[in-house]
Amino acid sequence: MEEVAARFPFWMIGALLGVGVWGMLGKRSLVKKLIGLNIFQSAIILFFIVGSMHTGATVPILWHGQHNPHAEDFVNPLPHVLMLTAIVVSVAITAVALAFMVRLHRAFGDLDEERILDELRR
Amino acid sequence: MEHLPILIPLPLLAASLVVPLAGLWAPRAVFPLSVAAIALSAAMSALALAEVVAEGEALRYTLGGWAPPIGIEYVVDHVSAFVAAVITSVALMVVVAARRAAAREAAGRRGLFYALVLLLLAGLTGMVVTGDLFNVFVFMEISSLAAYALVSLGGRAGMFAAYRYLILGTVGGSFYLLGVAFLYFTTGTLNIADTARLLAETEPNISVAVGAAFIFAGLGVKMALIPLHLWLPDAYTFAPSSVNSLIAPIMTKVGAYVMVRMFLSVFPEGYLTEEVPVSQALIALGLAGSVYGAYAAMGQRDLRRMLAYSSVSQLGLLAVGIGIATPLGLAAALLHVMNHALMKGALFLVAMSMRMGAGVSDVRMLAGVGRRMPVTSSVFAVGAVAMVGIPPTAGFFSKWYLSIAAIDEGLWFVLAVVLASSLLSAVYLFRVIERLYLAPAPVIAGGADDGSESDAAASAQDGGVRESPLDVTLPMALLALAAIVLGVLNVVVMERVLEPGL
Repeated sequence: MEEVAARFPFWMIGALLGVGVWGMLGKRSLVKKLIGLNIFQSAIILFFIVGSMHTGATVPILWHGQHNPHAEDFVNPLPHVLMLTAIVVSVAITAVALAFMVRLHRAFGDLDEERILDELRR
Repeated sequence: MEHLPILIPLPLLAASLVVPLAGLWAPRAVFPLSVAAIALSAAMSALALAEVVAEGEALRYTLGGWAPPIGIEYVVDHVSAFVAAVITSVALMVVVAARRAAAREAAGRRGLFYALVLLLLAGLTGMVVTGDLFNVFVFMEISSLAAYALVSLGGRAGMFAAYRYLILGTVGGSFYLLGVAFLYFTTGTLNIADTARLLAETEPNISVAVGAAFIFAGLGVKMALIPLHLWLPDAYTFAPSSVNSLIAPIMTKVGAYVMVRMFLSVFPEGYLTEEVPVSQALIALGLAGSVYGAYAAMGQRDLRRMLAYSSVSQLGLLAVGIGIATPLGLAAALLHVMNHALMKGALFLVAMSMRMGAGVSDVRMLAGVGRRMPVTSSVFAVGAVAMVGIPPTAGFFSKWYLSIAAIDEGLWFVLAVVLASSLLSAVYLFRVIERLYLAPAPVIAGGADDGSESDAAASAQDGGVRESPLDVTLPMALLALAAIVLGVLNVVVMERVLEPGL
């Protein structure tokens, strides 16, 4: 139990990844698939952030106008910057997917995967 | 030319910003501008390739003057220069040949269409030249987003295929990112050269192994490795002709290139074969894919769907080459990247040309087209022969090297499977050739056009079937010719370019 508690954020991220995959595979609605994808991506972003966590450290800026020579006093800012980029990518993908959905709804009058497939087979 | 590495993706990226504006004010300038940008990028790739081969060492470029591993570094070595040159020159041929189809399929939105094409190519070339793991992810998503949008132009079926492609492709990209996270937390760096140095020093641990598994799963989606290929057949079938002839030859190849890069430059030698069973998985899935793809292709009536499954089959062979992971195996895979790009480019252009000229893409309706579309049909014949792997075409040599590499490793069953998948390829491809040349035409035979006639030459008695104009047939013929010439010259490619780089 202690083991689980110590790694709680990682179990949480694993669970989020699972929820995301379940949303994408198990749901028929295209909207819910997209939500699943978003949860999946958010879990990966959280993984980067949790992984770069550093207890007792602070933001990497100048300290009273001085350089602090001790690297262990600071959080590595790189993962956070990377994740800003990853968030931008994920927003762009969400936007494109939503645009597809608007067009799909216009073409089929529906966003249910099975019914769209039936319509296409006809 | 110290700036050469960045000059490969930069013209494409810059033009993708200019072209939509040109689309608003000067629609006539859109096509020449796009072609000029791609041609410039192809010229830069060729120049880089020549320089790397002459110098014998990689070109390195530090972005913004920040020295690696802090800054992002672009590295053009033998392998990346070769792949960049292949994809930009094939893309140039395809974009030129697809002008008429694109004008029809993206009517009124040509500026945006070509902007997407350029973004796609910028992303792909960026993935090839970059020396940074996270940068690969960003470029991968740029190219994928452009590809989703391009596929969605194919009517409502294309839209739905694009939606599925988006979901699966993004999961692939996310897996790659997750794998990079594991490597980053182990090594603390994203620079490929630096990662390789630090991974060689660290003891093999579970974190690196999980990272490798996620990275290869993600790249497997991008290169349509079975069973992650599910997006490919629909996306290639329903995308507009001008789009699938561009995406099919080059996009999955860059995923394969990144895999080769992982073997060559990221993980220590032997790590992916001995510590983590990535190699074995690639060989097993690749062999399964090469037979399944060829088998599925036999049952298809739609020419484009048949070619899509044929891609699954050929990509399987590529994965086998990567999985063998000896220098010869990787060289065979890279040679197959080039050969398959040339052959598939030519074959998908044939499908486009037949849809334009004969109005059909159903294989059964192609009877007698061989006489009326002589150039298109002969390009198909050359492409098919090369795909099956009959000497002296290019397809033969990559399968030959692949087989030798497999035998060197004692993997005799690879030889049997390669042979089986080639025979299956022969079945579905020669079936089309038989239709084209031997089956009696359903309508009264008309005279063959000389190929340079424009749309006006349609006459009622030949069913309206006519050869495509010269700007379609010439690039197509050049690709087919390249498949033969580079087949004959394969020793030069192997000895001068691939072997020094591996």
